Formats: sequence, structure tokens, C-alpha cells
Amino acid sequence: MWTICRSTPPSVPSVLATARTFTLDGIAARPVRVEVDVHRGLPNFTIVGLPDAAVREARERVRAAIVNCGFEFPLRRIVVNLAPASLRKAGPGMDLAIAAALLSASEQLEWEGLAKVALIGELALDGSTRPIHGALAMAEQAREGGAEAIVLPAENGGEAALAEGIGVVPVEALGQLLSLAAGDWSPARPEPLPLLPSISPGAPDLADLRGQPHLRHALEVAAAGGHSLLMVGPPGAGKSLAAGRLPSILPPLAPAEALEVARIASACGRLGSGLPGGRPFRAPHHTISAAGLVGGGQPIRAGEATLAHRGVLFLDELCEFRRDALEALRAPLESGEVSIARVGGQRSLPCRFMLVAASNPCPCGRGEADPDCTCTPYEVQRYGGKLSGALADRIDLLAAVQQPSAAEIGGSPGEPSTAVRERVCAARERQEHRLGPGRCNAEMTPAEGRACPLSDKAAALLADLYARQRLSGRAHDRALRLAQTLADLAGASEIGEEQMAQALQMRRRDHG
Amino acid sequence: MVELGACPECLRRSWLLAALGPYVERVATGEVGSRSPELLRLSNEDLVQAAAPKVAGQLLARVEALSEARLNEELLLAECWACCRHGDLYPEGLRDAADAPWALLGRGDRRLLDGLEPHGAVTIVGARRATSYGREISRELGRELARAGMVVVSGMAFGIDGCAHRGALDGGRTIAVLGCGPDVAYPASHRGLWRQISESGLVLSELPPGAPPWKWTFPARNRIMAALSGMTVVVEAATRSGSLITMDLAADLGRDLGAVPGPVTSRASAGPNALLASGAHVIRDAQDVLDAMLGPGQQQHSGSPGTATPLDADLRIVLEAVEAGGSTCDAVAAMTELPVTTIAAALARLELLGYLTYTSVGTVIRTLHSGHPA
Repeated sequence: MWTICRSTPPSVPSVLATARTFTLDGIAARPVRVEVDVHRGLPNFTIVGLPDAAVREARERVRAAIVNCGFEFPLRRIVVNLAPASLRKAGPGMDLAIAAALLSASEQLEWEGLAKVALIGELALDGSTRPIHGALAMAEQAREGGAEAIVLPAENGGEAALAEGIGVVPVEALGQLLSLAAGDWSPARPEPLPLLPSISPGAPDLADLRGQPHLRHALEVAAAGGHSLLMVGPPGAGKSLAAGRLPSILPPLAPAEALEVARIASACGRLGSGLPGGRPFRAPHHTISAAGLVGGGQPIRAGEATLAHRGVLFLDELCEFRRDALEALRAPLESGEVSIARVGGQRSLPCRFMLVAASNPCPCGRGEADPDCTCTPYEVQRYGGKLSGALADRIDLLAAVQQPSAAEIGGSPGEPSTAVRERVCAARERQEHRLGPGRCNAEMTPAEGRACPLSDKAAALLADLYARQRLSGRAHDRALRLAQTLADLAGASEIGEEQMAQALQMRRRDHG
Repeated sequence: MVELGACPECLRRSWLLAALGPYVERVATGEVGSRSPELLRLSNEDLVQAAAPKVAGQLLARVEALSEARLNEELLLAECWACCRHGDLYPEGLRDAADAPWALLGRGDRRLLDGLEPHGAVTIVGARRATSYGREISRELGRELARAGMVVVSGMAFGIDGCAHRGALDGGRTIAVLGCGPDVAYPASHRGLWRQISESGLVLSELPPGAPPWKWTFPARNRIMAALSGMTVVVEAATRSGSLITMDLAADLGRDLGAVPGPVTSRASAGPNALLASGAHVIRDAQDVLDAMLGPGQQQHSGSPGTATPLDADLRIVLEAVEAGGSTCDAVAAMTELPVTTIAAALARLELLGYLTYTSVGTVIRTLHSGHPA
């Protein structure tokens, strides 16, 4: 006969160990404390604390890694809590910390220094470490949190070493934690990633753009003042070619800017073999969704706008983009950051980019002057509606692009990027001197714009046009900003009449 | 009758036409004898018999039953007024036409009809699918003719019509003749224009308030447009275009015909070019219209050549390049030896002086202006 026995209360108190790690939220690292509790009971392994599927699967990876590194996996009831419990945890980057805390709780790893370090990294089943995304942001966050060092996969070492003021300990396998704990092994701090040249050899050069002096000039002005540019012209006229050459004439990234770009690239797993020296160039396809363009989702992922931070966002076939996607770009264009509201709170992603867009004049691309254009007025109107919408309102420059003539195409190559870039850099320097570091004319407030020194004739020209009501207030300020950039390019101390007239010609007009 | 401004008999004709809308749609084929303006010559009884023989008696009875008070009320509700062929307000020009509407319903300023003679009005017609050249010319013609004191008549359609009205609203008086009730804004996206014209100009129609447009009502309203004015100018039209119907109707009435020349390769200018070949007046600007209608030199228009200030050498070179077909900065640069910055500045000045204007896609077009805009 069977009797029901109550189990006696555990005579041995449960053992608790903790470790510090991080989870990625957008492009920011959020600190997470791993608490492991091992006590008697049916063998079980649970992870709590809002883990996503990748975190929950850490159970199997951690179990296999521990066994395959020659440790013993405790046959007890194991509960892993990821604190704070209200924050969603995503990704496999917490494997190493969970394993370390578990080994510590089962008294296989006696490491007094565990409380002083942060651990990040994914584990393979054989116990070796695998690189993760966002190591740079995590290393910086670890420093802010007062950790002495960050233990991480060897592949992430170079990127984490970019963060100064914190020890970087690269490990290749879980077993190496034992040597670290014993103090008989301390790996050298890895070399930080090198700064890559701002123009890689063989990159597209502006010399490829032959003829088309106005388009070249528009590109130069856009680059010099950070102005957004819209190119309208038939297919094959060189719009995409021109846009692709823009990064080669933009000034190189300042060190602080390069770090910002690297942080974003690291969080998105796009950081290559070095710190980017050139500006990012992103050209999303026109079928992109609003979330893809500005970021979103759960967990939050950075969109193309953020990936283009400090660089160029090129929207080819602007009128083919979904309207909601274009609308989503409006506020970020104005504020330089995307803010995404979630239940857990507001997240913001940086996105200070230069907008460059290209469009055909009508849906068939030929333009109404072409006798073969088959578009109906309604089609043209609807197509152009996107050009005059709220997004276009943020565009400073409009360049009408035409097919280059046969003589131009067969002619000599244009001025190379390096020569143009020198002028652009000189103009940017003048702007920084006037407006402050890192700022350009496109970002001038209306008050700053109106404070630009204007020659009498230029002022008369602008006032004349304004008085005839051919200029809205916004267009007035836009013309001033453009004229200031032209003056900066010319090295003039005040805006001359010629520059004002040019700016009035190059500006995007308000009518549809 | 004083209250209505039109006799009930004539007004009932309008209501009858609206009731016949779908029936005439089936009969009017464009063949000689069954075009809508030809059908509209028929008396009430014949017209109903021709269009809707099965329900003829019913329709006639229904329209006959409309009381004077009811007609009056409908007009008041739609903020319209009316005049008929027996009244004083009825335009002189329409009396020439055999198929003239019995009554005209208007919305807006009735003084525009007061003493309106054909030689005081110009009709501008053209394609809905117009090029930016056509639209610009149409706007300029509308504006300058209105400034010269002419009443600009058009049909409020997309393209040339709309631009002629917009230009005319800038400069003076305009009349829109609709193929639907005068209180119906058609096309709907022109309701802003419709509101403007009904406030500061005049919207006319032979159909009662609320009547929807039918295919046949457009050639029908074209006959009113053609008859109202002394000259009909076509700006752009393909070879088989409704605008050319208006030209035919105007020619039948013995009115002057004008056409704006365009490139011989342009489909949009095929209609006017063909008309020019068969002897229509060449219309290059408002002055050409005035000369053709009133006799050469009878009225000097302010925006005419001769008052222009001489241009700097650079501006002249750039303007000539634009006139030769250069529509972008790059195209002008390829045609001249000037640096692109000079060209940009020159284009801006020329725009300011009124020689050029920009399209929404950033290309430049030459305006009719030869001097400073007033």
C-alpha cells in the first residue's frame, strides 16, 4: 500500500549568485543583473524576467557549454532571474553571464571579482564564445555603471576597446573564466579598431559625372551646407549616380561623430574591421515600410534613418515611396532624432542625416514635354502630390536633371571628388566658426538665418521678391540659408547679390 | 417673371434637359445629325421623341407640372439666378445661334452678362492634358486679356481651361460655362476654383441646379462658350479633341478663330497647328487677340513689347538659350559658354523680371511677358 509522503523542508539553504550583463534596447545598452538560485528539488532550469525566445533558449546552450567544458551541471532546481523584471530581454548576449553565475552558485567557480565585472557574449555548445551586437554601447554602459572590466568574446574586443576608462577582457571559451578567477591569466587589452580612411580606394568618384555642371554645383552646395536635395529628371539622366558620389565630397567624420556612427553600426551588427571614417550612405528601396525607415518593432530596431546618422539618406523614386513611410520621416528630419513610444517608455534614436531624393517628372518618366508621355493629368497630379507634400517642405534644393548630351558623355571626366571636397570642408569650417561645432547652415534657426550678413543689393533682391508675394516666409528663410552656403563656398564675408540670385534659382519652390 | 428673371417656359426646358440626361447620352453619337448641339435645336416635343420615345409623355408631363414657385425655390436654394432668351440680360452673342439655350442659369455676378457683346469676350479652350507650355500660355493669355478689359470665357476643365480662369481671376473678369448645374463643382478638384469664380466672376450653365454632367453636355456647353465671345482661341489640343468641336461651332457662328502655335512635333499642339494651316489667327500673346478682334492697333496692351527695359548681355544670352529650348540650367550651360553660377543667377533675375517661370519639376519655361509684370 502506498502512502503519501510530504517532503521534508530543505536542510541545505539555497545558494544564490549574481552577475552583471546587458541587453540591447534599440541602440542603447540596458544593465541587467543575472541572479541564479540553486536549491533542492526536482532538477529543473527556468529563466524568468521577460526573456524573449533567444534568451529562453540560453538554457540549452548554457547546459551544453557547461557540460562540454568539463564542469558539472547541477541536478537541482535552478531559477535564473533577469532583473529588472519589467525590462524585456532580447538576444543571446546574456549566455556568458548566466553560465558564470550558475557556475558560481554551484561553487565550481570561486571568483571574488565576479561582482566587479560585466559579462557579455553568446555561448556555443562546445563552450566557446560567439560575438554579439552592441558591444561598444555595452562597454560604455559598463563604465557608467562602475564596472572595472567587461568580459566579452574575443571578436568584440577591438570594438569594446574603443570605450576608454574600462578594462576589456577578451575570452574565447567559458573555461577561461577559471584561469581569470584564479588570477593566473590576464589577457592584454585588445587594440581598439583602427579609424578607416574616409574614402576607400576605388570608391565612386565625382569625376564619373561628366558634363551636367548645374547638377555638380547643386551637389557641392548641398554637401557644403548640409542641405537636403531633390533631383527631378528622366530615368538614366544620372540622378542615382550623382547621389552615390555625394559621400565622397562630404567632410570626413569628426572623431566624436565617428564614434556615434560606430555605436549605431555595432548595435546593428554592421561594424566591419574598423571605425568608419567616411559618412554612411543609405539607399533603401521604395517598398520600405515606415518602421523600416525610421525604426520600430518590439524589441526596437534602428531604421534606415538612424543607420544614415551623420551621413546621407538617399530616397530614389521618391514618389513611389509609401506615403505613411514618408510622413514618418517628417518629425525626425526636423528634430534629428526618432522617438518611439512603447509601453515600457519613450526611446529615442539619433538620426541627423542629409536627405537626398530623386524622382521622375511623371509616372512614365518621360516628362510632359515628351510627346510619348502617356500619363493622364490625374496621374501626374497624384504623382507630383508627393513632391509637394509635407516631406518636400523640408527640402531646400531642387535640381532639374536632364540627359547629358553625347558630347558631354564622351567628354573628359569631371572635377575629381578630392578637389570639390576641399572647398566643401573650407565652407563647413566657416559655418562651424559661426554656428558652433558640428553645425551647418541647413540647421540654422530662422533667427540665425536672418542674422546672416547681407549686402545691400542682395537684401534688395530678396525684399523685392518677398514684396511681390512670390515668396512665403519659409521660402524666404530657405533662400537665406542657401545664399549663406553659397557665400561660405565663395569665402565671402557677406552674402552678395550674385549669391542671393543663385540661391533664389536653386531653391525648391513652394508650388506643387 | 420678374422674380425669376426668366419665363417659366424657358426654365422648364432646362429641367427637361436634365431629365433627358441619360437618354440623350444614348442618342448623341457624334455622327452628323445626332451631335448634342444639333439635337438641342429641336423643340421640346421633338427632342423628347428623339431621345426617349418610350417615356416621352411621362417626362413632358413631369416637367410641365413644375410650378413657377417651385422653380423659384430651387434657384434660391442653390443661390442661382436665371435669364432667358426673352429677357434683357440674355447675352447678345447667343441670339445668333440656332441651337442657343432657352435659359441660362448663373451663379455669381450677373453684371458680367449685362451688355456683354461678343467683341467684349474671348473664349479660351484647350486640352485637359496640357503641357506646362500650354498651361503657362493659357494663364498668361487669361491674365492679360482680363487686364485689357476682356471677359475671359472658358469651361473650368483641367489643364488649359483651369489655367485660363486662374489667370483671368488675377487680372479681371471671367465666366465659366459648365456642363452640369451651376452649383455643381466639376471636376471636383476644381471646387476651389469654382468657388472663386462664383464669388468674383460668373458660373453659367443651361442645366438646372444639381444636374450631373453627361458626356453630351460638354459639347453642348461648348456651343455656349463659342457663341458668347467674338473670338475663340485654342491653346493646345490633340487632333481629335473636344476643344476642336468648340472651334467648329465658333466657325459656324462666324466668330474669329485663333490658335497658339506650338512645336510641330508636339502632339499637344497638333490641333492648333492644323487650324493655323487652315487660316486661323496666329496668337502669340494677348495683343494678337486684341488686334484680331478689334483691328490692328485699336487697343494697345500694357504688357506688349516695346515697354521692355533692355537686358544685360548675360541675361539676354540666357534668355535666348531658354527661348531656343533650354529648360534646365545644365541645358543652358551646354548652349552657352557661361559658367553655371552666372546662369543660375541670370535665371533668377529673369524670373523676377517676369520673363520665365518654373514648373513643379524645376524646369524653366518662357512666359509671354516681354517686360516687367505690372
